[in-house]
Amino acid sequence: MNIASLLAATSRPPIAIRPEQSIREAVALLSRHNIGALVVVNAADAPVGIISERDIVREAARNEQVFTRPVSEIMTRDVITGLPEDDLLSVANLMTEKRIRHVPVVDKGKLIGIVSIGDVVKAQRDKYRGEVETLETQILADQK
Amino acid sequence: MVLPGTPAAPLRVAIIGSGPAAFYTAEHLLKREDLGVELDMFERLPTPFGLVRGGVAPDHQKIKSVAAAFDKVAADPRFRFYGYVEFGKDVTLADLREHYHQIVYATGAQTDRRMGIPGEDLRGSHPATEFVAWYNGHPDYQDCQFDLQQERVAVVGVGNVAVDVARILCRTPDELAATDISERALEALRQSRVREVYMLGRRGPAQAAFTNPEIKELGALGGADIVVLPEEVRLDELSRAALEKSQDRATQKKVEILHGYAQRTPSGKPRKLILRFLVSPVELIGNADGQVVAIRLVKNELHATAAGTLQPRPTDNLEELPVGLVFRSVGYKGVVLPGVPFNDDWGVIVNDKGRVLDPDTRRPVVGEYAAGWIKRGPTGVIGTNKPDAAETVVSMLEDLAQGTILTPAHPEPAAAEALIRQRQPNCVSYAEWRRLDELEVARGRAAGRPRVKFTRVEEMLAALGPRQKA
Repeated sequence: MNIASLLAATSRPPIAIRPEQSIREAVALLSRHNIGALVVVNAADAPVGIISERDIVREAARNEQVFTRPVSEIMTRDVITGLPEDDLLSVANLMTEKRIRHVPVVDKGKLIGIVSIGDVVKAQRDKYRGEVETLETQILADQK
Repeated sequence: MVLPGTPAAPLRVAIIGSGPAAFYTAEHLLKREDLGVELDMFERLPTPFGLVRGGVAPDHQKIKSVAAAFDKVAADPRFRFYGYVEFGKDVTLADLREHYHQIVYATGAQTDRRMGIPGEDLRGSHPATEFVAWYNGHPDYQDCQFDLQQERVAVVGVGNVAVDVARILCRTPDELAATDISERALEALRQSRVREVYMLGRRGPAQAAFTNPEIKELGALGGADIVVLPEEVRLDELSRAALEKSQDRATQKKVEILHGYAQRTPSGKPRKLILRFLVSPVELIGNADGQVVAIRLVKNELHATAAGTLQPRPTDNLEELPVGLVFRSVGYKGVVLPGVPFNDDWGVIVNDKGRVLDPDTRRPVVGEYAAGWIKRGPTGVIGTNKPDAAETVVSMLEDLAQGTILTPAHPEPAAAEALIRQRQPNCVSYAEWRRLDELEVARGRAAGRPRVKFTRVEEMLAALGPRQKA
């Protein structure tokens, strides 16, 4: 299974923000869409960073004026992106090893989706459930 | 408004399609003891079960045994089957909205993806799915012509459809005669002059999609020797490192099996099945008559993406493989349903947990749902559709509790029945399908086969004899 099919299954457009927008706007987007991270994109829709609820909380603990600052000041810049043809398994390994919870997906340089750790866990759970279900059906058929 | 969902006022659900996702949706709804529900299942063909009947290979009868579980669902008095009734033609979305509270699309992914290379439409180049539908007796594909007088065949892809096609091409007539392959395909394959079948994988052995049982089966064919090129299954550094890190036992075993095949010397069986790795088709080459005569391949090397997936990258090294028949199997894709929001890039109905969404507003379309491949794309095994359908049913029941359902003018079953019979007087009930099923099995018994399928709609309707009209 690859990331393209995972994106098809969630069929959810990525929620992005521009670097010059404020943290307040970022918080509003996170809250409205009930998500944990926003991909930061430039005018060409290419990811230039990622900003997570954790980044914002960390900054807010130090500086109560955080909300008026631009996203570019606290976003993570060296963002690891995935491709539609990436295998689910390698993305799962990447997230586990690097301890990241969101991977923006890019096609021809443009952001087309985002995969969260929750999406990956669900896809793997569904895969294994499906295999168990199929095996059980066949074993039951054999016993008849 | 009093909500339906009680035995006196049942929730009326229409399910479009009758494959695994459709039956699992029905099963999940029927087993809710707190729910008064009635299901009507619509199928375009007179016969149910979708890819279980028309996709699963005829020499894999055990996988088809899941149909017994579907029979149990169909035996529930709250379930009705309307075979030979096509959504969008015999009954429209507007009709269903007049008669049901909820509608579930479980129509699967009915077409194949294209390779996107020159020569793809030359004579002799086919989607593998058409060959599969043909040999499985699907009525829509019985007039397809496949030139089995060609001696060399390429199957592009190494997924389970590609494996099925390659295996069926390599089976002996005796092996095939013990299956429920269509009579027409059995006869054509009996006359087959195919001697070499090439399966072409873009990546290396450690990345191949086929499963270990599938690959073992290919190594144990009665009429074909398996051939693997040692230099193509030798693991490159990246694959070796990835495998060492993941310690994935199934992949280690797969590589081991393939290395074993690379050591074999052909034992002189009439056919050869050649597994090729690290090659991608770049062009199909035709002769003056527009017939495929060769496939041009580029050799690939692997590179790691940022996320760590090993992907093919073409080298300058080209190769021409003379073949007269090509089957492409590079993925399935869903087909647009009239009036239903569809994402063409992904080949699925736009949905959230099974709720069909308006693509512009991203708001749920009241009363419409999706399950199975048309919901999530063509991934997983038959059983994957069970948790998939469960998720859709949860959404349906949440919406019912909120009162977000359709308000049909004619929710009574007799009204739906009358409409359907008026639009399609030849519609086939489940009892009638069971009669067809028994007839097929009886025809097979005489020949020592699991069944001999009816492959034409007229043939099926004729076998049912004069019908009782409502």
